[in-house]
Amino acid sequence: MRIALFVTCLADTVFPQAAKATVRLLERLGHEVVFPAGQTCCGQMHVNTGYPGEAVPLVRRYARTFDPYDVVVAPSGSCVGSVRHQHAWVARRAGDERLASRAESVAARTYELSELLVDVLGVTDVGAYFPHRVTYHPTCHSLRSLRVGDRPARLLRAVRGLTLVELPAAEQCCGFGGTFAVKNADTSTAMLADKMRHVLSTGAEVCTAGDVSCLMHIGGGLSRLRAGVRTVHLAEILASTEEAV
Amino acid sequence: MTRTFLGMPATAPPGVGHLRGDEPFPAAARRALADPQLRRNLGHATGTIRGKSAAVIDEVPDWPQLRAAGAAIKADVMARLPDLLVQLEAAVTAAGGVVHWAPDAVEANRIVTGLVAATGADRVIKVKSMVTQEIGLNEALSAAGITPVETDLAELIVQLGEDRPSHILVPAIHRNRAEIREIFLRAMPGVDPGLTDEPAALAAAARRYLRQTFLSTPVAVSGANFAVAETGTLAVVESEGNGRMCLTLPRTLITVMGVEKVIPTWRDLEVFLQLLPRASTGERMNPYTSMWTGVTPGDGPQEFHLVLLDNGRSAVLADPVGRPALHCIRCSACLNVCPVYERTGGHAYGSVYPGPIGAVLSPQLTGVADNASLPYASTLCGACYDACPVMIDIPSILVHLRAEAPHPRAESTAMAAAAYTMDHPTLYAAAQRAARLSRLAGQRGRGLPPPLSGWTASRDLPDPPAQTFREWWAAR
Repeated sequence: MRIALFVTCLADTVFPQAAKATVRLLERLGHEVVFPAGQTCCGQMHVNTGYPGEAVPLVRRYARTFDPYDVVVAPSGSCVGSVRHQHAWVARRAGDERLASRAESVAARTYELSELLVDVLGVTDVGAYFPHRVTYHPTCHSLRSLRVGDRPARLLRAVRGLTLVELPAAEQCCGFGGTFAVKNADTSTAMLADKMRHVLSTGAEVCTAGDVSCLMHIGGGLSRLRAGVRTVHLAEILASTEEAV
Repeated sequence: MTRTFLGMPATAPPGVGHLRGDEPFPAAARRALADPQLRRNLGHATGTIRGKSAAVIDEVPDWPQLRAAGAAIKADVMARLPDLLVQLEAAVTAAGGVVHWAPDAVEANRIVTGLVAATGADRVIKVKSMVTQEIGLNEALSAAGITPVETDLAELIVQLGEDRPSHILVPAIHRNRAEIREIFLRAMPGVDPGLTDEPAALAAAARRYLRQTFLSTPVAVSGANFAVAETGTLAVVESEGNGRMCLTLPRTLITVMGVEKVIPTWRDLEVFLQLLPRASTGERMNPYTSMWTGVTPGDGPQEFHLVLLDNGRSAVLADPVGRPALHCIRCSACLNVCPVYERTGGHAYGSVYPGPIGAVLSPQLTGVADNASLPYASTLCGACYDACPVMIDIPSILVHLRAEAPHPRAESTAMAAAAYTMDHPTLYAAAQRAARLSRLAGQRGRGLPPPLSGWTASRDLPDPPAQTFREWWAAR
């Protein structure tokens, strides 16, 4: 299958390893990955910070860039959530019904990684090998905006060598929330403290999730504490093999 | 109705009531977060209610259909609110009640104070009610020389502690039993000095005090959970029975209700009386459901007044995106599941309506400029939307209100620049390189200027990658 990668601005700029892993994984599974030029950002930060007007060109750019493709994947539940649940609203709010329809059409073909693997490609065992004790944080937008459910856990349970340990209070937000993390830094930190306490209680070496944004937040806190637990995107685990862990 | 509004409906007036905080949410939250006892009390209490509620909701096979029905009834109410209110007024009047229309808090307080003064009473007993907290009725009564006595146990704790409610359903959720004992010993008239902090002992002390008050006070003030337009019936649901005492013993009953509480028919109650207790207290059925229609000669209050309050609700109704905030049935499920509320508590929101519903309701009632920090008091995690028994899409309303809120000039400039950069891929790639260089010069982002210092106060930034993804892809 020919799959267009929406890398997302954060993975592109700060966490390219998550995007590279997505490419490696899909190619290993026998699919062709293309990276449409001209893509930048979904505009979620603008929408969620109160600037939907400024997001209109980004919504238009996303729709124009990805409209030619049948299947689009992004290694981010949050960005896919924005594409699926905010883009048409942003366009309609600006009075652009044509863009709204186009945005809806592209959104229907845009998938988060675990959705693509399980629902579109019909695979749960991707042939990965990752000999570590891992806990999974179901990020809010994967969980409640996209309803990915147990897809990531099914993928992780099929990984050889991996021990999946349940994260207590897993469904509680980690406290990132985009610009919330700086506008309400103290509350964000309090939520992070509880999330880290739960992560550490599992004895896991690795905390994984489907969003580099939440992982940047959790990982940034764990790093500051020198906690000895690293954060790894789901794609990186699924891309690991016995030949290249 | 005797008044005609021209142009945009008015918002709740400043200077009266409790819809506005003294400081923005982040500052108030910062102080709350520093209180370990508060954090512990809230974490324990919200966790307990969440567990109870989830268990009894699981028992109901048609919960999704009930939620959809609740949402549909409320949407219908809002679509024809003026007609339903006129119908309610006619039904209440026909049943022997007197209906008063209060455009705002000032007018509602004037009406209630005048009604109490006319009875000659210098004390009123109160049923727990959010709307009278909203308008600051207790302060208005006190200023007129009338003593209001809260009879809901938790509201009594708040009143005796000269405190403010911090939760819609459990106003003293921020207090534990040791703190409650101290408040009773300090402020409850005639309290036994040997009082312990056993819940049964605390409840018995409140009962002894309240029984005397019930039997000697001729006027009660209540709110309303529902008002049935077709019959003129008012409904109050509660757990303690103290509300029932207030609603039946006094000679005069004055009910203040927000105009959005009206429902069309008696039959609509069946939906809400299933939704409310399971979503709020985690009970299958609330212990006391009191319903009354006007006055009944020789039985219960012989004088009944209904005060219909707007106080900004028409302004909410006028906004099609924000309007579902009026669907709220005050169950507080959204507070109990909110990870922000669980850590900051209710006082940080500055309004009597805290938590996610408060973050969408308070700014709309006051005008968003007066509560500009509240729409941002959420990570948009969506737990509130999932929990809401009438399916209010709180995250979408928050995002909508953020767009309506006044923005700091520096932020607007930065956001416009970021959007422009993101819409020009060459500029975007240059910005990626610039970000990497500046980061390499810093120490994992420490020492960043505000507002980014908010990030690095508690979190490291990741090491910058040697190559962006698009550089890697191009070189592949």
